[in-house]
Amino acid sequence: MKKLSARRRHPLAAVVVLLFALAVTGGLYAAFAPADTAKADDTAAQSLAIEEGKKLYSVGCASCHGTGGQGTTDGPSLVGVGASAVDFQVGTGRMPLQQQGAQAPKKKAIYDQAEIDQLAAYIASLGAGPSVPSKDQYSPDGADIAKGGELFRTNCAQCHNFTGKGGALSNGKFAPSLEDVNPKHIYEAMQTGPQNMPSFPDTTMSEKNKKDIIAYLDTVNSSKSQSPGGLELGGLGPVSEGLFAWIFGLGALIVVAIWVAARTAKAKKS
Amino acid sequence: MSTATTDAYSADAQGRRKAPAGERVADWADGRLGIYSLAKANMRKIFPDHWSFMLGEVCLYSFLIIILTGVYLTLFFHPSMEETVYHGPYVPMQGMRMSEAFASTLNISFDVRGGLLVRQIHHWAALIFLAGMFVHMMRVFFTGAFRKPREINWLFGFLLFVLGMFTGFTGYSLPDDLLSGTGVRFMEGAILSIPIIGTYISMFLFGGEFPGSDFVPRFFSIHVLLLPGIMLGLVVAHMILVIYHKHTQFPGPGRTNKNVVGMPLMPVYMAKAGGFFFLVFGVIAAISALATINPIWAIGPYRPDQVSTGAQPDWYMGFSEGLIRVMPGWEINFWGHTLVLGVLIPLIIFPTVLAAIAVYPFIESWVTGDKREHHLLDRPRNAPTRTAFGAAWISWYFVLLVGGGNDLWATHFHLSINAITWFVRIGFFVVPVLVFVATRRICMGLQRRDRDKVLHGRESGIIKRLPHGEFVEVHEPLSQEQLHTLTAHEQPEPLELVPEVDENGVERKVGATQKLRVKLSKGFYGEGTQIPKATAEEFQEITSGHGHH
Ligand code: HEC
Ligand code: HEC
Ligand code: HEM
Repeated sequence: MKKLSARRRHPLAAVVVLLFALAVTGGLYAAFAPADTAKADDTAAQSLAIEEGKKLYSVGCASCHGTGGQGTTDGPSLVGVGASAVDFQVGTGRMPLQQQGAQAPKKKAIYDQAEIDQLAAYIASLGAGPSVPSKDQYSPDGADIAKGGELFRTNCAQCHNFTGKGGALSNGKFAPSLEDVNPKHIYEAMQTGPQNMPSFPDTTMSEKNKKDIIAYLDTVNSSKSQSPGGLELGGLGPVSEGLFAWIFGLGALIVVAIWVAARTAKAKKS
Repeated sequence: MSTATTDAYSADAQGRRKAPAGERVADWADGRLGIYSLAKANMRKIFPDHWSFMLGEVCLYSFLIIILTGVYLTLFFHPSMEETVYHGPYVPMQGMRMSEAFASTLNISFDVRGGLLVRQIHHWAALIFLAGMFVHMMRVFFTGAFRKPREINWLFGFLLFVLGMFTGFTGYSLPDDLLSGTGVRFMEGAILSIPIIGTYISMFLFGGEFPGSDFVPRFFSIHVLLLPGIMLGLVVAHMILVIYHKHTQFPGPGRTNKNVVGMPLMPVYMAKAGGFFFLVFGVIAAISALATINPIWAIGPYRPDQVSTGAQPDWYMGFSEGLIRVMPGWEINFWGHTLVLGVLIPLIIFPTVLAAIAVYPFIESWVTGDKREHHLLDRPRNAPTRTAFGAAWISWYFVLLVGGGNDLWATHFHLSINAITWFVRIGFFVVPVLVFVATRRICMGLQRRDRDKVLHGRESGIIKRLPHGEFVEVHEPLSQEQLHTLTAHEQPEPLELVPEVDENGVERKVGATQKLRVKLSKGFYGEGTQIPKATAEEFQEITSGHGHH
């Protein structure tokens, strides 16, 4: 006992304690880990999905991304982009790309969710990357809306506008409107940074902050959000307001002026 | 004592008939203010009828509406940049740190009774006021109403337009929201680009480094006191001059440079004007009740580290935004100093764009040497050079507005923002020239048509077959009034250089300015700038020519 208390302040004591702790948790994990049979089932389902995904991939994607996802002149390498990127790109209909342009536009998705999962499983098997978020990661319930607004204005508004109505980038590229984007896709967009958008991995923006942003967008820019002042005019700010003032404001007043001027008091004809 | 006086008066009154209350009040006031003679002189002023003459009234009424609603807003607005935390009803802002100014604007929008409507009326009316001034100014410009004796009133008006722009800008900055804060930052950048004194002016204006905590209270005084005060004075002066000069009128039978044909101010015109006020108020209130403007709750409080895309100023400042957006980011570095041409050049062009239209009346009267009074308006086509100049200026202004909204043009028309920027850069120089040439040609075409109409009558649309089989369209001769209206304008001759040698053989020196003036005058009125109008002789000859079509 005396020996132990004497060594307690030894420079290497911390390392020893750490190693000990690791050994204990490792042992505990081995003891309580799910039964081996279940694990085998999982991997079987997993490899089946990868198998199916590979088939889908070679038909729909390989022409641009290469047979092994290594990339071609028509599309970048998908090794290491992760399941999340696939779920986003294919789920929002951006992939498969129809024609080369300034930017892959959003379209109606052509794969169903099961197929997307298979594609994602296949791409994920090529190299580790962010995985598809789970519902409680992206669900806006209980998040801090105001905080989300602040984060959005700091990190996203420079491209997507104050409330995510979208904006132009150089050479025909643009940050799209975020109205009614599926919360999962918002999360994935932040995670993977599609095309010209920077990525916001958990190290720069925590999971909680992502949720806050999703909750903010859900409040101010979805079909259920309210506009206390009346028609929003696209939420684009002074340009649309100016057009409206000229056309419906001054325009209406000029019509009224013409009407009033035409109603002149006439000298009585006798 | 008092009873005695009353008695004396009532005895007097009983002797005659008691005058109606209104008349007695008027008598009372007249006895002290002498308004009768003033009213007598002015109430029967004539005001001619034309819808475009009511544009000034649109400005006047929207100005009044702005003042009325503005007073209401000052009751609740806190012009302070003290920091507070929001705890009001708007959920997406709860717990946010913001300035008092921003918080009180949220408060006006969500807590004050009628606050949001009044805010929206105030802002919509401001946009419409400026748009109204723009169109009113163009009406005055294209009809030549700015000519002697109204040049000073033109300048008063122009000053109102510029002051209106800055009143709008300062007001727009008051809520201290992210959008307007970006605009103030923009202005600070422009000030900083001024060589040598830029940093001093900026420090002075903001009471230190941007944004500091002074600019909202300072802008507040400027916005609610200084500028509106000056504008109110100018509006009064503007109105007095309109009454003093009497209103201009379009040419027509019985209308000369010496009379005004129309309805008397009192009662006809006043009744119409009073009704028109309520119509203007009604239209603006309807718009404000329907459509939101500057939803600061969605925009968020200003923070210098945040910025949003699509950050534009209100439309009347849009052309300055355009200037900055399309200007290449040039700069010159020397001896450790930077001259930011990318901002300084737009800052210099900004007043130049405005001044171009303001000084035009003086240039025109100098070039043409026309120093006579004009109370009859020009039809725009009969002054092709002026009309072309005005159209070119408008196109210039609008090209810059396109530049100011280049991002929205890009996203909404699926264009590249770079292509739009290049279009504006080139268009800035080319479009006004093209518009100038095209407008002048269109004016001449219209003049030619007027001449045809006078000489050959109006195309009636009736086709007649002559006995030998030819088809001709029947032209109806114009009425005497129409003939007068189409030929009443004068067609000025260009100036000529005085001969270099006078009749006594003495050489005269002709200055360079005189030569320039003659040259410009030829450009205004010389060959190819007007179609000679039909003369009485031509008319006689053709009309007596046995009904030839
Ligand atoms: C016509 C060619 C084409 C086809 C077909 C195509 N892609 Fe792509 N893909 C691209 C291009 C080009 C990009 C790069 C987009 C960019 O950054 O502008 C891309 C990007 C991606 C990305 C994002 C990569 C990253 O770095 O985040 C994913 C994921 C992706 N594709 C998956 C797919 C899948 C899955 C399919 C099949 C369903 C598919 N693509 C079909 C051309 C194609
Ligand atoms: C540098 C500009 C930029 C920034 C900053 C940025 N984005 Fe994006 N964002 C883009 C672009 C460009 C796209 C379109 C990508 C594409 O089409 O693949 C995009 C796409 C998206 C999408 C997909 C929209 C859809 O319709 O499917 C979401 C969601 C999104 N961004 C959210 C965000 C959020 C949240 C932030 C802040 C954390 C952010 N973005 C920051 C440029 C940006
Ligand atoms: C506060 C803004 C303004 C108000 C309230 C205002 C009001 C008016 C009114 C009521 C009239 C008489 C009716 C009419 O001709 O429309 C008038 C005439 C006139 N205005 Fe303005 N105006 C304003 C701004 C301007 C501007 C910006 C200009 C030009 C730079 C201008 C130049 C003139 C001139 C020259 C006349 C005389 C026109 C004539 O007699 O034909 N005004 N103004």
